[in-house]
Amino acid sequence: MSEPTEGHSTGTLQLVSRSTYVKETLLKSLFFACAFVFVLAVALIFVFVGWKAWPIVTDYGLGKFITGTVWSSSTEEFGILPLIVGSFIVTLGALALGTPLAVGTAVFLSDVASPRVRSFVRPAVELLAGVPSVVYGFFGIILLRSLVAQFSGTLGFGAFTAWVVLAIMIVPTIAALSEDALRSIPEGIREASYAMGATQWQTIYKVVVPAAKIGIIDAIILGMGRAIGETMAVLMVVGNAPVFPNSPFAPLSTMTTQIVMDMPYAVGLHRTALFAMAAMLFIFSMLLVATVRLLSRLRD
Amino acid sequence: MNVSLGSQGLGTHGPTKIHVDKLNFWYGDFNALTNISVDISSKATTAFIGPSGCGKSTFLRCINRMNDLIPGTRVEGKMTIDGADIYGAGVDPVDLRRRVGMIFQQPNPFPQSIYDNVAYGPRLQGVRKKADLDSIVEDSLKRANLWKEVKDILGKNGLALSGGQQQRLCIARVLAVQPEVLLMDEPCSAIDPTSVQKIEDLMAELKDTVTIVIVTHNMQQAARVSDYTAFFLQEVAGEPAVMVEFGRTNELFTSPTDKRTEDYITGRFG
Amino acid sequence: MIDKRLTNKLALGMLWGAALLTVAVLGALLLYVFINGIKVISPEFIFTWPQGVNAEGGIWPTIVSTIYVTALAMLISTPIAVLAAVYLAEYARQGKTVSSIRFAADSLASVPSIVMGLFGFALFVEAMGLNLSMASAALALSLLMLPIIMRATEEAIRAVPKYMRWGSYGLGATKWQTVSKIVLPAAAPRIVTGIVLAAGRAVGETAVVLYTMGQAVNMPITPLDSGRPMTVHLYLLAVEGINLPAAFGTALLLIALILGFNLSARWILKHYRKV
Repeated sequence: MSEPTEGHSTGTLQLVSRSTYVKETLLKSLFFACAFVFVLAVALIFVFVGWKAWPIVTDYGLGKFITGTVWSSSTEEFGILPLIVGSFIVTLGALALGTPLAVGTAVFLSDVASPRVRSFVRPAVELLAGVPSVVYGFFGIILLRSLVAQFSGTLGFGAFTAWVVLAIMIVPTIAALSEDALRSIPEGIREASYAMGATQWQTIYKVVVPAAKIGIIDAIILGMGRAIGETMAVLMVVGNAPVFPNSPFAPLSTMTTQIVMDMPYAVGLHRTALFAMAAMLFIFSMLLVATVRLLSRLRD
Repeated sequence: MNVSLGSQGLGTHGPTKIHVDKLNFWYGDFNALTNISVDISSKATTAFIGPSGCGKSTFLRCINRMNDLIPGTRVEGKMTIDGADIYGAGVDPVDLRRRVGMIFQQPNPFPQSIYDNVAYGPRLQGVRKKADLDSIVEDSLKRANLWKEVKDILGKNGLALSGGQQQRLCIARVLAVQPEVLLMDEPCSAIDPTSVQKIEDLMAELKDTVTIVIVTHNMQQAARVSDYTAFFLQEVAGEPAVMVEFGRTNELFTSPTDKRTEDYITGRFG
Repeated sequence: MIDKRLTNKLALGMLWGAALLTVAVLGALLLYVFINGIKVISPEFIFTWPQGVNAEGGIWPTIVSTIYVTALAMLISTPIAVLAAVYLAEYARQGKTVSSIRFAADSLASVPSIVMGLFGFALFVEAMGLNLSMASAALALSLLMLPIIMRATEEAIRAVPKYMRWGSYGLGATKWQTVSKIVLPAAAPRIVTGIVLAAGRAVGETAVVLYTMGQAVNMPITPLDSGRPMTVHLYLLAVEGINLPAAFGTALLLIALILGFNLSARWILKHYRKV
């Protein structure tokens, strides 16, 4: 074709052909099905875990289950209160230790570090978020436990060791998410504060952090979710005694660790109880997700 | 003031290609264009001028139904091409867009080779043989006044070209599907003057075979390249835009019938 | 009245301290594993089988198990997650359906791994009869990977400029042609990054695979074979405490694998950014 040619000039316009319509509709349905897999998966988890857990309500009693203080498979007593308490002790302690460190690191990255320093520290934090929990547990059981044993005079298993291990684990998660929240605060806010004669620290704690409050809380909640759901690392250092601990250095157990400990040999009602704890953990994690979503909606 | 100026379109150029009758356009609840009526001649270049934000580009996008891609938009009224209502029931907008091509303000070549950019359209139509594609690519690049500059670097990424070259690449890309109408939405506003010259030259060459509609905020350009001009105006912010006047370019610029047109052309407002 | 400049200096110092402590503690952990583990790494360690009660020898079948199950999980999760993201980014209209899909994705991402492990056991191992196998584990792992890949893909698709899509539509392309020929290729580097990061997560999982793959040392050939991944091997070695050198070696290789994934993800992002 060396001459410029005239464009096709038919009098009528092409209508949407049936085959195109069918094809595009099928494609859209396929993509929707893929997206729906997510909903399906969550529903399935609910159904299966719930179904396996249900007998605890009918054959044992939900109230007895949740408020009972004795967990002893040999006597068929499945009170999980010590385990619930254990989970919370471990989680809250880890949060108490880890949050200041994480948020401090996040603030450092967003407001104090030079771009060069940040280009080294931030990737380091992100990479460390990828270290698997079993490695942290390994670190805990090999190194940390004996250190704790030395200065506490106990075996070194217990809440304290778990706090340290878990805190180290959740710091990268909370720090990365908090820093994202802090960085999304526009520069203008900081400049306005400086213009009024505030120091950098005053600007940070009076202006920047409050502005990023919701994002930081989101990060902490997600860290909490990670801590509560954490199994392997805690398992290796917590001592695995399903009782109320009387000191930070006494062995205890959490819902997650108890499941792993008992699962290999649990049968019948015992196994049902384990699934029931799993169901509770699942519901709790979904509640955390719902909370985060609600908070984010408030922010917008 | 809503004026219907259909009859002024016909004349020494081709018959009416695009006939618009009382077109109204809504972005959600906002009536952006109201009662636009005009006949656009084939084998001629028509320019839409007017202050920025007054609906020229929106109206342009009605012609190839690109506004369909924006959620919440609605069209009322009639718009036909060669007599066929493009908003009729069951009309395939995809085919329409092949016949009515568009060049955008921001050059937007795909992050692919120059060759693949131009071959994209034909490949969509099912052209497979390399020999066919080669000749289409060469032909289109020639018509777009770009062949000489890129014939040895067809494998290079389109984004590596200069702004003006990228825009001509986009023109070649559109020409490769042999459209009957070419819509140009401020095509020269983001590129260097030499390229502007080259684009205006190629517009003159294309005019015999393609109906061109160009939106431009540059009145001198409108005067240079177009045979007919339409003046759009949104008098009050928040009110719909209207087409104030339409006519042969030299008449509209030398002796406009509407005072608002005259005020705009003489620069009393921008 | 404490001088505000003094407070400022102290506070900034503490922030530096926080960051340094974070990096130091985590760096120390890695260093500790590295120093103790590197002595053990040898071709023998990587390529031979564990022998005897004390798991002397190497960890080859665990390495294969880990890579096998991760690859399988990637194969399962990638198409579903990418197409789901295409739906959310290109086709869906904001509303209840989209909200519930997002909620489901966030929930899936936050499921405690022990719960996923038990679920995988109940559904894949028992109900679907797949037994302890690569298949069961891969299916369970893919559920964890789905939200990670979907989020990355959706962000990648949204990052493709509107103008580029309009260029395609303007030439008479259908939605699917535009998505498959223009949008997805342009988004590809970010999508691949998401996949690699998700794989890194899968490699590090323990509880999930423990209940779906078991812990018998085995060289998996078919997806129905079982095996023992590196994470479980490390766990058992650590808890038994008999062969610490092997444990350190396993930990080191595990970290190296995951860091390798994460660093590749970054590298891909940096070097293949076309958009």
